[in-house]
Amino acid sequence: MFPKYDVIVVGAGHAGCEAAVAAANMGSKVMLATMNMQTIAQMSCNPAMGGVAKGQIVREVDALGGYSGIVTDHTMIQFRLLNRSKGPAMWSPRAQSDRMLFAAKWRHMLEANENIDFWQEMVTSIIVKDGRACGVRTGIGLEIEADSVILTNGTFLNGIIHIGEKQFGGGRAGERAAKGITEQLIELGFEAGRMKTGTPPRIDGRSIDYSKMVVQDGDEDPGKFSYTDTPKLKNQRPCHMAYTNPEVHDMLRTGFDRSPMFNGRIQGLGPRYCPSIEDKIDRFAGRDQHQLFIEPEGWETVEIYVNGFSSSLPEDVQFKAMRKIEGFENAKMFRPGYAIEYDFFPPTQLKPSLETRLVKNLFFAGQINGTTGYEEAACQGQMAGINAHLAIKEEDPFIIKRSEGYIGVLIDDLVNKGTKEPYRMFTSRAEYRILLRQDNADLRLTPLVHKLGMKGMEDRMQRVEAKEAAVKDIRKFLEKFSVTPDQLNGYLEKIGSSTLKQGVKLNTVLARPHITMEGLKSALPELDSFLSKYDAETEGLAEVDLKYEGYIQKEQEMVDKMNRLESVFLKDTFDYHRLSGLSKEAREKLTNLKPRTIGQASRISGVSPSDISVLLVHVGR
Amino acid sequence: MNPTNLTDTIVALSTPSGTGAIGVIRLSGGEAIAIADRIFKGAKLEKAETHTLHFGEIKDGERIIDEVVIGLFKGPKSYTKEDVVEISCHGSSYIIQQIIQICLREGARLAQAGEFTMRAFLNGRMDLSQAEAVADLIASGSESSHAIAMQQMRGGVSDEIKKLRQELIDFASLIELELDFGEEDVEFADRTKLQELVEKIQKLLKALLDSFALGNAIKNGINTVIAGRPNAGKSTLLNRILNEERAIVSEIAGTTRDTIEEVLNIKGVTFRLIDTAGIREAQDQIEAVGVEKALEKIKQSAVLIYVFDVIQTQPEEVKADLERLNQDNIQVIAVANKMDLNPYTKAEHYTGDHLSEDQFIPVSALNNMNIEFLKDRLYDLAIGQGLNEESAIVSSARHYEALRKAHESLDDVLKGLNDNIPSDFVAMDIRRALAFLGEITGEISTEDLLGNIFSRFCIGK
Repeated sequence: MFPKYDVIVVGAGHAGCEAAVAAANMGSKVMLATMNMQTIAQMSCNPAMGGVAKGQIVREVDALGGYSGIVTDHTMIQFRLLNRSKGPAMWSPRAQSDRMLFAAKWRHMLEANENIDFWQEMVTSIIVKDGRACGVRTGIGLEIEADSVILTNGTFLNGIIHIGEKQFGGGRAGERAAKGITEQLIELGFEAGRMKTGTPPRIDGRSIDYSKMVVQDGDEDPGKFSYTDTPKLKNQRPCHMAYTNPEVHDMLRTGFDRSPMFNGRIQGLGPRYCPSIEDKIDRFAGRDQHQLFIEPEGWETVEIYVNGFSSSLPEDVQFKAMRKIEGFENAKMFRPGYAIEYDFFPPTQLKPSLETRLVKNLFFAGQINGTTGYEEAACQGQMAGINAHLAIKEEDPFIIKRSEGYIGVLIDDLVNKGTKEPYRMFTSRAEYRILLRQDNADLRLTPLVHKLGMKGMEDRMQRVEAKEAAVKDIRKFLEKFSVTPDQLNGYLEKIGSSTLKQGVKLNTVLARPHITMEGLKSALPELDSFLSKYDAETEGLAEVDLKYEGYIQKEQEMVDKMNRLESVFLKDTFDYHRLSGLSKEAREKLTNLKPRTIGQASRISGVSPSDISVLLVHVGR
Repeated sequence: MNPTNLTDTIVALSTPSGTGAIGVIRLSGGEAIAIADRIFKGAKLEKAETHTLHFGEIKDGERIIDEVVIGLFKGPKSYTKEDVVEISCHGSSYIIQQIIQICLREGARLAQAGEFTMRAFLNGRMDLSQAEAVADLIASGSESSHAIAMQQMRGGVSDEIKKLRQELIDFASLIELELDFGEEDVEFADRTKLQELVEKIQKLLKALLDSFALGNAIKNGINTVIAGRPNAGKSTLLNRILNEERAIVSEIAGTTRDTIEEVLNIKGVTFRLIDTAGIREAQDQIEAVGVEKALEKIKQSAVLIYVFDVIQTQPEEVKADLERLNQDNIQVIAVANKMDLNPYTKAEHYTGDHLSEDQFIPVSALNNMNIEFLKDRLYDLAIGQGLNEESAIVSSARHYEALRKAHESLDDVLKGLNDNIPSDFVAMDIRRALAFLGEITGEISTEDLLGNIFSRFCIGK
């Protein structure tokens, strides 16, 4: 019934979809198996992509040929570049998407890829022969053969949904949980764990009073995620801000005794960074209000997502508390918030390629690895897809360094440190934040996948080359351009910067605090006319590049210094137990994780700096 | 150093080579006790308690090599955390060589430079900074340098840095919080407080940095040049300070044609006294070279003792000489020699812009007058208030460099705060400062750094 596939992807969420696309575009024949084809690329939680650090990841996924950015650009209803008041490392794109359009667009794009086949059924086990994954078995007993398998099961593995004292099996509201895979993997020797996440109630937008809330509009000049020619947003829908109050909190507290979080029924660990509303009022009892974002779910629908009000309290408590919020006095609920517990596999059982150590050609991506977030899932799927393809071809895995992308930081953290709570990306996790900006993801990453021979990267590569050349031209122009005090002092005085005493090169002026390219353009018509031939994105990149040159250089020096440790290799056969100078924990961790380099070893949790010194001395450096 | 041989038992002479009253040969490793038992006629070490001394004979077959005392340290309560045997024998190079030969024959391997300490480090006995201090401790030639090395070995500098680093980490996390959660409603870090904290940390860094000059001087000895016109009595003064006749003394001007170096210990601090040829327009070629050398020496020194003859030299000449000799960063003492011939010598006649009154010391080298006073002044001038037992003193160039870079990064932080630049850049400079501080305590160690440290050790230490 089925041909033999190169790659089977189990699950069609953000990780699964990107995995299928990446493997297919690398040239693999892909089977995408999902329990329900109507829910491909569902946004299970909030209808938004991007945000701080996450927006950078979407840009990276796009630069690597993924579809998340393109799909978002086509389906967004609002775009904001967050943190504009901070430095360029913090500028983070975020979009509200039309939930239904998002899923539909993804499905269309997958269907347009001739290397991807679909099968709708629950996968119940993986076929493993001689320690190698070679297909899957389905609920009705079908066997589908393949050279590699990627698991992207999300919250479905033995998922249990909690609403107050009610609990039932399910992978998502209204959908069945998946059984069988966890049990099989444990039998194969995998360690499994339990995590928890939650989602807020959805409500009827017709029943709330927006006039009592603060409007939050999209950017006046909205940007986008993809580096390709995706359409630019013309109209936007606003979001709103509302606040809880002591009455809301008091009402919520009446349900605490029936909260599965507080009475111990939920054992899995939830994300500290995305707490439920009951968690917030419990842990920060001193605060008498919490911010809520009221987000529309699409262009046409009246469904509203109440960001910040995630809850697993009994539905009646959620409902009564919600109605105490200003503007929500008459709110009608579409469905209550809930918490969901699911199985995950501590990601220290993975290689940096996301292949499992135990079973060859078996890859994990997304929440199964203990992460949270669409963006985190999507990029893992993509990396697993590329690496599944490379593994079949017996080529070296594709690994992004920490200095090359947030994706590199994410996977390096996962496989070396593991995670106890759902892992979310933050910019502070990246030690080279200044280099990993949303404005240069294409320059950082597109050449890497282009070199791998991924389909459709020619055009992207040409864009990258053109952009690099343009930035160079702009730099040259500013470095040669001499300005006199007469030309610039008016502008400098206006913004309170010290005036020029003599002529200087323009690039040195741009490097000063508070000087912007926009400001210089307004003072210097020649600059304005020179730059008019470049698009805003290129001009912006050149500005950052020149303005923060000193910082970028300093950061690069730190990278080079660290990279020396990355090039000290450790053999897989290295006997760590012989080195009594290592702590006991370090010996065990190093033996299990078999780091490729001292650099990687240094990031393994439980391996202390003094352990690293011991290793360095030992390998003779 | 080939680390695959870490399981070997190593042997080396632990006292200086050459003839001495005793020599100590140290064995370390799994076979140390077995080897010692095979060559030692006395108590059975295998069965003996750790930390005990045993008298007996080292024998080569039937031939007795020497009567020795063996110190037994069973791992992990030993320097290397391995079994250690220390053989104290008579200090003849022949005996020492013989005993080491026998040990080698019995299966030990000759230790490489620094290997005992490297093992101590690898076996978790000490951290990097402490291992470094061991090298200093071994090389310490005076009480003060010994005190610094001891303090560092016990973790003095490390502790201080760790404390600073933690404060800085706390500071960094505030900014990081603000960066990552600025879109949610978090409280913002108070910039004024941040600035105060950075300044406070910088002040401490500065103190450590300043201590380097002193630490370095104490470790290596304080270079002190004695200069002056020919026949001012420089060599006599040197002999008097040292209390022995070293320099050739005569009444013919220009007797000292080369520079002479002597080591003097004042209150535990080492001074390297450098006698120079007289400063004047040289009469012949040898002397010309000598004068040039003297000026060169002054440039490399911390203290200049300018000696002049109160009878022969006019105050104007003294001032002219001082003008010529005075260098940046050098402490000057003007010694008015032959004060016995003119007891009414007054400081104010000689001290111009260059000297304060307490830098002017009348002595009589010949009659040993005021020499102790001169030594006290020398000590005060060079050490000042810098040395007390509690303060952390930085004596390693590696530490100094890292502290300097950390300080520099914090300057960038302050500049960033002052210019109101975006906090992601400020955060970057804080991270850099943290990385540099980490280099001192070994939080981040680069491979070349370790190479440096261990190559400094001498064999058997």
